Amino acid sequence: MPRVVVDVMLKPEILDPQGQAVANALPRLGVNDVASVRIGRRIEIEFTGEPDLDRAREIADKLLANPVIEDFTVRLVEADETADARS
Amino acid sequence: MTARVGVVTFPGSLDDGDAARAVRIAGAEPVRLWHGDPELHGVDAVVLPGGFSYGDYLRCGAIARFAPVMETLVDAARGGLPVLGICNGFQILCEAHLLPGALTRNQHLHFRNRDQVLRIESAGTAWTNAFQPGQEVLIPVKNGEGCYVADTATLDQLEAEGRVVARYVGGNPNGSQRDIAAITNAAGNVVGIMPHPEHAVEALTGPSLDGLGFFTSVLKHLVGAPA
Amino acid sequence: MTTHPDPVRDTPEAYSAPAQPGEPSPAQPVAPATAPAQPAAAIWTDGVDTVPRAGGTPGELQPYTELGLRDDEYDRIRQILGRRPTQSELAMYSIMWSEHCSYKSSKVHLRQFGEKAPHSDRLLAGIGENAGVVQVSDELAVTFKVESHNHPSFVEPYQGAATGVGGIVRDILAMGARPVAVMDPLRFGAADHPDTARVLTGVVAGVGGYGNCLGLPNIGGELVFDPSYQGNPLLNALCLGVLPVDRLQNKAAAGPGNVVVLMGAKTGRDGIGGVSVLASATFDEGSEARRPAVQVGDPFTEKLLIEACLELYDGQLVVGIQDLGGAGLTCALTETAAAAGTGMRVWLERVPLREPSMDPHEILASESQERMLLVVEPDKLDAVLKTCEKWGVLATAIGEVTAPEPDGRPGRLLITWQDHLVVDVPPGSLVDDGPVYARPMREPADLILLQADRAETLPRPADPEALRETVLRMIASPNLADKTWVTEQYDRYVLGNTVLAQPEDGGVIRIDERTGLGVALSVDGNGRYARLDPYHGTKLALAEAYRNVAVTGAKPIAVTNCLNFGSPEDPGVMWQFAEAVRGLADGCLELGIPVTGGNVSFYNQTGAAAIHPTPVVGVLGVLDNVADRVPMGFVPRAGGDHDQLYLLGETNVELSGSEWAWVTHEHLGGIPPQVDLGREKALAELLAEAARVGHLSSAHDLSDGGLAQSLVESCLRRGVGARIAVPEQFAEGSMPFVYLFSESATRALVSVPRGHDKAFAALCAERGVPFELIGVTDPAGGALEVHGQFRIGLDELRAAHTETLPRLFGGSAAVEVPAPAAGVAGAVEGVPLPVAQAEPLDAAEVVSEPIASSGPSPETGAVEPIGSEQPGAVSESDTGVTEPAPDER
Repeated sequence: MPRVVVDVMLKPEILDPQGQAVANALPRLGVNDVASVRIGRRIEIEFTGEPDLDRAREIADKLLANPVIEDFTVRLVEADETADARS
Repeated sequence: MTARVGVVTFPGSLDDGDAARAVRIAGAEPVRLWHGDPELHGVDAVVLPGGFSYGDYLRCGAIARFAPVMETLVDAARGGLPVLGICNGFQILCEAHLLPGALTRNQHLHFRNRDQVLRIESAGTAWTNAFQPGQEVLIPVKNGEGCYVADTATLDQLEAEGRVVARYVGGNPNGSQRDIAAITNAAGNVVGIMPHPEHAVEALTGPSLDGLGFFTSVLKHLVGAPA
Repeated sequence: MTTHPDPVRDTPEAYSAPAQPGEPSPAQPVAPATAPAQPAAAIWTDGVDTVPRAGGTPGELQPYTELGLRDDEYDRIRQILGRRPTQSELAMYSIMWSEHCSYKSSKVHLRQFGEKAPHSDRLLAGIGENAGVVQVSDELAVTFKVESHNHPSFVEPYQGAATGVGGIVRDILAMGARPVAVMDPLRFGAADHPDTARVLTGVVAGVGGYGNCLGLPNIGGELVFDPSYQGNPLLNALCLGVLPVDRLQNKAAAGPGNVVVLMGAKTGRDGIGGVSVLASATFDEGSEARRPAVQVGDPFTEKLLIEACLELYDGQLVVGIQDLGGAGLTCALTETAAAAGTGMRVWLERVPLREPSMDPHEILASESQERMLLVVEPDKLDAVLKTCEKWGVLATAIGEVTAPEPDGRPGRLLITWQDHLVVDVPPGSLVDDGPVYARPMREPADLILLQADRAETLPRPADPEALRETVLRMIASPNLADKTWVTEQYDRYVLGNTVLAQPEDGGVIRIDERTGLGVALSVDGNGRYARLDPYHGTKLALAEAYRNVAVTGAKPIAVTNCLNFGSPEDPGVMWQFAEAVRGLADGCLELGIPVTGGNVSFYNQTGAAAIHPTPVVGVLGVLDNVADRVPMGFVPRAGGDHDQLYLLGETNVELSGSEWAWVTHEHLGGIPPQVDLGREKALAELLAEAARVGHLSSAHDLSDGGLAQSLVESCLRRGVGARIAVPEQFAEGSMPFVYLFSESATRALVSVPRGHDKAFAALCAERGVPFELIGVTDPAGGALEVHGQFRIGLDELRAAHTETLPRLFGGSAAVEVPAPAAGVAGAVEGVPLPVAQAEPLDAAEVVSEPIASSGPSPETGAVEPIGSEQPGAVSESDTGVTEPAPDER
């Protein structure tokens, strides 16, 4: 069964202390070619029936993302792809 | 000779001054160590204090583990140097693989600060030899990511080898597996503890004086340890 | 867009030509600056509105109305400059002359704090500084202040609260102090209103997320629910700092040639909503990316900022320092220069940006958090930059201090942007010459009827069973219930000097480990009392905070305040405000302790409905030895031993405005309890003396919920029961109820150990404080018993008292709003709940929402602007006057 993947990211203009802290740590690992890091969250939703993108969008808008500071995208992913993505 | 106990300050360390105070009250000399300085300055033991090193923005302890001081410290710990990681220090020790498992978000998802009863399960470590096995102590707990997790095999091994150092009693404040509050490495010189013994060393500011035992233990250990 | 009707200007005496900006000092590491463009180059260069261009286009329309400036205010700016302001200048004036920065509505009233101030030898810095500083020993001083961040906490509760804490902490830091504790008076709408769960959980997580990560113990505060705060929650935050007396810092940018350094986070479009209408006309793509952003707090950066600043102070490396809050660079540059009478030359392109596309006016207005402005001697710049680097804090030389005018007038602030002169102003004109209004005031028409509707006439419980039920119901009501659900989300132990913290009456912090010297702090307010009588209601808030400090055994010495009100354009609100200020100033004079600083937040109002007037008063006291502190809980004793319980003060039939009237009858009316500050002072002196000589094993203030509430709290604190009897004159009918629930002021419940009772009674008699032996503690009894009335087991009391908040806000995991350890994750996860409440504010709501305004008291000159704004919103007040939302930091 395909799943709906919701990616939630801070809006570009919002300060991301978490990403910034990671970016600042990278040079210590010898990584010097990274300009910026931004961190978001990925949420996977499995519907009981057919995946419903509109419904997922509604869920994302009302609950998963904080529209004041975050954007989100919604897409369909095959079940095995999700597994791949996690591995 | 007064034992010298190092307390590491990372950017974002918060309880470093408190750990140093506890060391002093226990009768040792606190030595401030700096995250960017790989030198341990000849200390006899090290405390990794609580706080939010590097903001704890990625995973708690994940960035601190790469600090210059940690490279030296990991080697020294493997060589038997007593190391106590408190709260964020425990998280750093896990990220640095000196201790197994990991600390994750509290199950109830809130930061929680309360006075917590612990049962000392192992008095055989460098940091708990002043206690009796089974002794109950009252120590403040305060963390947002103190839920200890490990796979079943690891947990079974910790139990079998007596490496669970302390357990929560009368309510598990963060959902830690098997109520684990503190663990040790196989040699017993490295201990990670989620609650804060350094905040139970003075009658006026702590819920008890029970925390002092962790710091007097290491002094006892050092006296008995080969030079 | 508003057209200015008379753009022509030619007032040479008001306009002195800008001095040629000096060359950058060699110490400045950044790109060499060239002189600003000369007037000849008066062109619209790269879309930047320059000073020469402004001089050449006097008729250009400017959106000053949208920026909240009135016609006469805009005229005044043109008069000051002798031309129209540039876009950047217009942004700066609109911010600095806004309500929250200029205190234009409150200034005329706040003067009383200075005029009526009792003399104090302890005051090292008072109103007008970032925070008041009070000397507490030969070597040490403390500084403390409370501020609001109300509106941002409604829009984005987690970040609003987090940045509120961050802002007040930087105020304290700027005085040279190490911040050592925070407190948070919080007010929300009805506890069972669905939106309250969204706001409260986010705010609490934000206060905790920021304060915990910063390593500051949270030692107290308030948690109040009332429908009047629906849509207008109040997030007030107090910070306490400690400094060696000789480390006191100031903000004056003294010494021409000194370097101006911007330290801390990069500058982004955070909170620039107020000036977003100025987005340059030539800009047409990517408008999405130009939206002003909600400020996001980064406590880790703030922690580093604190450590770096303290190291700079100790190395005596800075001449002046100012934190950046709302109004950002605009405020910091103008205030530091104005304080010294100097000028300043700033190369704006040197400011490190998070978003490279920012316009000059955006950089000047940005409210990005975790920044400080330093003034440094050139030969110390390297040391400053080195210290900042050690702590991983960005620091950049962005300008230099310039000399006053040759004729002795203060210098000018010149700001260039890539060689174009975009600002040329007298800094004092933004800081000190803002508008001042004596707004119309009128007692609210409904007040007489409200006061006539007394709660003393309501039906009261008159038999033991009803009284027992009332006790259990009252201690479970949201305002009186146990607050552990909130307070255990805060670290109270960090720094290892917390001697008392919530739920104690006052927080006590040890500030000198050698001597045991400590300070006690309490913040209190009562919006219902203030609604019924703002003058006496404010005195009652002062009295309660004073008493809460006194019961710890400390001697109260100084006052701070945060005045939360509706719209000053409403004469009724303005009257409430004036009465409250008068009450606080009079009260402080009577108690002999000065107001050292404070903050005003206006526009806490939705449509015509204002919040209850809510003056929150903070009192600070000194304990020579924290070992003498008196906790609130009854003390366990072995072997059947017990302490005697005394009620100090007089109990009268005073139920109007009480918690009981509200919980039981949803009633608000009548006259609040009488307050006699002379007696309050006598009680405080008695408590301090009794604590010092060891007469007291516990002491607890009586306030909301009366004696019953204090008894229950003192019993539950350490699980020690009590047996009391009501005095004879309260024995009949509903009088036992009155004895237990009246909210008469100037009372405290104390327990006195065996052997001290006679001496204690004699001391009370000597000091003229009424006292009555009402019973004994009962360590073995496990119950609270009121003779002839009821006996309730401690377990039953505890269950009733502790279940309320978890039931309201701690529900199922599915609706828990977590505060992750990492600040930003908190915001991410601060999902509004329940789902139905999660929708973003719609446009209409945004427009009608009241805006809170805040800032430090103006008289002190410390206009500390603060500002966070509804993203992109220009809010319109209900009077039809359009104002940019006054913000808070």
